[in-house]
Amino acid sequence: MSDSNTQGADYEAQHVHSVYEEIASHFSSTRYKPWPIVERFLKEQPDGAVGADVGCGNGKYLAVNKKVFIVGSDRSTNLIKIAKQHAPHSTLVADNLSLPHPPGTFDFAISIAVIHHLSTPARRIEAVKAVFDILRRPSSSGSKDGGKALIYVWALEQKDSRRGWDEGHKQDVMVPWVLKQKKEKKPRKKQGGVSSDVEAGEDEESKGDKTFLRYYHLYKKGELEQDIQEAGGVVSESGYEKDNWWAIASPCNI
Amino acid sequence: MKLLTLNFLTCAVKTCKTQPSSFPLHPRDAELEIIEAELNLPFLRNILPRLMWEDICSVARELGLPALPAIAPIPADLLAAPLDPSTTTGGAEQEPSQTARDLHRVLLETCIQEGKLVCGCCGHEYAVKEGVANFLLPGHLV
Repeated sequence: MSDSNTQGADYEAQHVHSVYEEIASHFSSTRYKPWPIVERFLKEQPDGAVGADVGCGNGKYLAVNKKVFIVGSDRSTNLIKIAKQHAPHSTLVADNLSLPHPPGTFDFAISIAVIHHLSTPARRIEAVKAVFDILRRPSSSGSKDGGKALIYVWALEQKDSRRGWDEGHKQDVMVPWVLKQKKEKKPRKKQGGVSSDVEAGEDEESKGDKTFLRYYHLYKKGELEQDIQEAGGVVSESGYEKDNWWAIASPCNI
Repeated sequence: MKLLTLNFLTCAVKTCKTQPSSFPLHPRDAELEIIEAELNLPFLRNILPRLMWEDICSVARELGLPALPAIAPIPADLLAAPLDPSTTTGGAEQEPSQTARDLHRVLLETCIQEGKLVCGCCGHEYAVKEGVANFLLPGHLV
């Protein structure tokens, strides 16, 4: 590994991997609703298709379609312990830059909210390439399509979200996750002006709580498509949904 | 980890993935457990063309499981012969054959709970604990 690559890996070990390992169970309890575009992508796969969920977290997308077979992987052992309940699929612990799959294996793959955790441009492109590598290649005659990947990353442009980031802001950020301590019940005070949809555990800290900071690279418009192109992929569909950029892409026929 | 998973797994080391000897991974000191699952005939039929049959047979042999048929089953082998030929039309309720049941048992119900998966190319051993295989590599192999 090059120096910057080693540094990137060390940085992510501290500011991404160890955090998810610590917050796994609490994080998982807030992640159960599939995003509509991901759900649609999984449901439109033909019965019996074989796919990979690279960075499957607690496995919430493994529950969407039981007529396909998905091998889910995640860097976090604690998240995989939660994900393994989803029959008929299979889960394992793996790094997304060293996936244990033969090249050209899968009909489809999803990478949801994963690639934004890699800390250098080269590692992000490598992560996209790693997804393409495990997808079925298109036939040289063009008679058969290559496998398809759906990739989601967090967007920089989200001025209406409670975080309020937008164009021109810093793209590399540390995002807090607050692990709430159990405390005696207090009467809930209504706070004026505070949005009610604050996700449990993500922000405000009170006494005894523990805050973890996760590293994110926030993608700006067009950046995901560019990473895909540099990784040797072709985008067939892309868009913006609820503070995220997404794209459906296939490996190039070369 | 169900045995079907092995059909889609190889060594995580980059230089091994393109070597034929890295597939399939070899179970070692494996503790097996049968975890019953509902037999899904369409799923089994659809997965059939994806199976590397000889490799699955060799893994089953290494694990000391009953021998699988030498030739890969075809979709028709998965359906039980109807008792009454007149019921074949319509075909709403198709019964799984013994072949389908055996395949389901081996691929989807037989799980490696503890043990190792070993790469036939570099010899690296991946641990399986509580039914989960861990493919994280030590720094010098990345």
